[in-house]
Amino acid sequence: MSTTFRVNGVQQTVDVDPSKPLLWVIREQLALTGTKFGCGIAQCGACTVHIDGQAIRSCVTPISSVEGRDVTTIEGLSSQSGELHPVQQAWIDHQVPQCGYCQSGQIMSASALLASNPNPTDADIDAAMQGNICRCGMYGRIRNAIKAVDVASSEDKLFYNVASVDSESVTNSAEEVDHG
Amino acid sequence: MGKWTRRAFITTGLVAGGGVVVGVAMRPGNQVKDLAGKLGDEGGQLVHSYVRIDSDNTITAIIPHSEMGQGVQTALGQMLAEELDADWDNLLTEEAPAIGEYSTYSAGRGYLLAGIDFPEILIPTVDGAMMRVADSLNMQITGGSMSVRTTGTLAMRIAGAATREMLQEAAASSWGVPVSEITTENSHLIHAATNRREPYATFAATIAEMTPSQTPTLKDPSEYKIVGTHKPRHDIPAKVDGSLEFALDVRVPDMLYASIMRSPVSGGGIASIDAGAARAMEGVVDVVIVPESTVESMLGGTISGEAVAVVADSYWTANRALQEIKVEWTETGFESTSSDDIFAQFDRDITAKTERQTDRVQGDAGSLFSSAAKVIDADYHVPYLAHTCMEPLNATADVRDGKAEVWVGCQNPLGFRRDIALILGLDEEAVTLHNHAMGGGFGRKARPDYAIQAAQISQLVRRPVQLIWSREEDVRQDFYRPAVQSRFRAAFDSDNNLLAWENTYTNKNEPIEAPLIPYAVPAQDIGYVSSPAHVPFGAWRSVDHSQHGFFTESFIDEAAHAAEKDPFEFRAELLQDSPRHLAVLTRAAEEAGWNRTLPAGRGRGISLQESFGSLVAQVVEVTIEDGEVAVDRVVAVIDPGLAVAPDGIAAQLESGIIYGLTAALHGEITIENGAVEQSNFHDYPSVRMNQAPEIETHVINSGHAIGGAGEPGTPGIGPALANAVFDATGVRVRQLPINNFDLNTIVEETGDVA
Repeated sequence: MSTTFRVNGVQQTVDVDPSKPLLWVIREQLALTGTKFGCGIAQCGACTVHIDGQAIRSCVTPISSVEGRDVTTIEGLSSQSGELHPVQQAWIDHQVPQCGYCQSGQIMSASALLASNPNPTDADIDAAMQGNICRCGMYGRIRNAIKAVDVASSEDKLFYNVASVDSESVTNSAEEVDHG
Repeated sequence: MGKWTRRAFITTGLVAGGGVVVGVAMRPGNQVKDLAGKLGDEGGQLVHSYVRIDSDNTITAIIPHSEMGQGVQTALGQMLAEELDADWDNLLTEEAPAIGEYSTYSAGRGYLLAGIDFPEILIPTVDGAMMRVADSLNMQITGGSMSVRTTGTLAMRIAGAATREMLQEAAASSWGVPVSEITTENSHLIHAATNRREPYATFAATIAEMTPSQTPTLKDPSEYKIVGTHKPRHDIPAKVDGSLEFALDVRVPDMLYASIMRSPVSGGGIASIDAGAARAMEGVVDVVIVPESTVESMLGGTISGEAVAVVADSYWTANRALQEIKVEWTETGFESTSSDDIFAQFDRDITAKTERQTDRVQGDAGSLFSSAAKVIDADYHVPYLAHTCMEPLNATADVRDGKAEVWVGCQNPLGFRRDIALILGLDEEAVTLHNHAMGGGFGRKARPDYAIQAAQISQLVRRPVQLIWSREEDVRQDFYRPAVQSRFRAAFDSDNNLLAWENTYTNKNEPIEAPLIPYAVPAQDIGYVSSPAHVPFGAWRSVDHSQHGFFTESFIDEAAHAAEKDPFEFRAELLQDSPRHLAVLTRAAEEAGWNRTLPAGRGRGISLQESFGSLVAQVVEVTIEDGEVAVDRVVAVIDPGLAVAPDGIAAQLESGIIYGLTAALHGEITIENGAVEQSNFHDYPSVRMNQAPEIETHVINSGHAIGGAGEPGTPGIGPALANAVFDATGVRVRQLPINNFDLNTIVEETGDVA
């Protein structure tokens, strides 16, 4: 069965088992390997991508549920000219990554948080980020980096693909986000 | 001029006692084709095996260590750049290939023979019982918090200084001026009197014909401009945009994917198998039996039991199909063993003291216990732990036509290459291993089982295969941090002076000094008994310090309370002859505000741990609410001798603390019916954002020999936390993880404990 959706602004049609998770379609069919496999059961957040602007765990998201929707991966977060998203720049400024394997997911969760909540409190950060495990334990740096993003001066970049998202189609995918 | 005219040349020879002598020297005229590819543009020169100078004056540091998050390539690059007076902004770092010229053992031993100080801590590790001489030429290991201490101190600094001296000589000769008048800065040679300034690259071809000194003049630390300053890590930009290629991201043409399963009871093989349903699934290419393999290394034997693997056009398909396979595993005799059985065995063996060996015996502990005014005793336990690197174990292999190519992220590329060659029946030279940055290592990725399996599967199906372990396989088939029981007694005189310390624990591993205490206790009897279990074990961040740090720093806290003294003051009194330890402990107490009063329900604990050549003191503050502990704040002070990369040290401390905190709060692998019960992050949890404390780090540059950074933060968090829980509740936690305790209930039951 074929599924048509947009990834980083480009329309894609894949012919795979409708229950195949989005993660494996992104990595295997589309060869976008920035999105990582960590647990397979929405426990670690390494596979986090945006669907219509919402952070979701792609390892438990069947490809069939993505029909007609806008998917953004870490590769689509920077501008087309290669300019880094302010969250990515903050990650460099604060020297956040160690091994870096979880950081695509962390950055996707953080960018979704900031897009809806420009000035998150510590509690907001806890709530939005506790679905993403970092075994290198860089939580303090992640928190500081999120707080350092100056949303006022970089608003256009935080809503990187806002023009391509039909506001009617922004549905709450939060049920797929397991904060456990 | 040929493409290159010199090589890194390794001489080897046996010495008395069976050791291997390995010297690194530069010899002109030899060619090694594997190294030729490391040359850059046509004018590039391989200057020493650790430095490349390109014609555009770009300097490349070739680093024989793997990156798993610790920032080692940047730190080692700083050490080379410092002595070379290289322009940091035009310095690149790259990982050395997995070929013998980059054996880390050779660097260490070679320079030892050149008369340079060798860190004492390394001697037992390199020469000890776990090290086999035959391994030495295949050792390219990243572990033991040793990269900066060994390769940095013994190779990178010397390579940088020797190269700089050759450049100065070449320029002096060319310009007809005394070499003493040639100065260097930012990858340029300068002769001030004649106003000359030339880039290093001008003389690269000249020095390629020279022989570098193995004992060049090194800078005094007071002259450092690059070492000890903050340099942004080279690897970070590629880790924020998804572009860094981990082994999992390797794509080889015509590649298939595999998922694998070994016996849930370690050591079991396949008795019978029904793979019909799996084979029938769309996308499945093959179901293969992967034979058992055994390889030996400095880490001990790695036995990888017989396994079944599904090979498919998608990992998702392969892993689903694997669940449909019905396997009966052969019996191992451990099918009814549980964690309770293992701990009961530990208790019996400690009590029996059968063939007890000793780490340290001083004074007459026996008679002091007989005459003591007060004796306290306690038993401590810690469970098995898994590593759970974020990147699940994986490797990609293409084994065809008598050759193998393997893509993997590992902590010992040379060792992996040798082991893969051995199991495939190929010469080592027929195996090309591409090492990738790891998504975490923590000791697990020093074990080659996953890479061997990938190679075996590719050999069986004669196609390139990417083997990915499910998280479930990763948790259930680890080489676990060993469970340990440790029994203590302490004797005091009538003035509450601690006179004697007795300790017996199960199963000694490495580092050998882990159970020792830094405190001036007159009589000490520290020893161990052997009590083997069937559960595979291996190195886990900080190795035996992870258990003994918790044991000794908790029991010394018990001793302080028994002596009716403040835990900080008590330790400090016993460290009067150890000024370096005392300074670290005192600084931590000061930074934390040790004497500040905490409100009810909160507590504070302290620990001190020496490991891998560094000293770390930690003060932890907790809040107990509804029977659960929240870690509010951690203050950590490290004396690593010299912080080569200060922000890197801070990051490693933060990381080591969170890794140890996960273990202290949550970490527990349990055995039931011989098998590991946990399977994924829902039942083997990690500390998350909402549980992560504020961590403050402080560095003391004491000027002592450079110590390790990757592991020393881990051992001290558990005991400091348990001591803080005691301070808040009066409950002494002698068994981890803490989250197994309902601290409400215990407070009520043991409310009279003070």
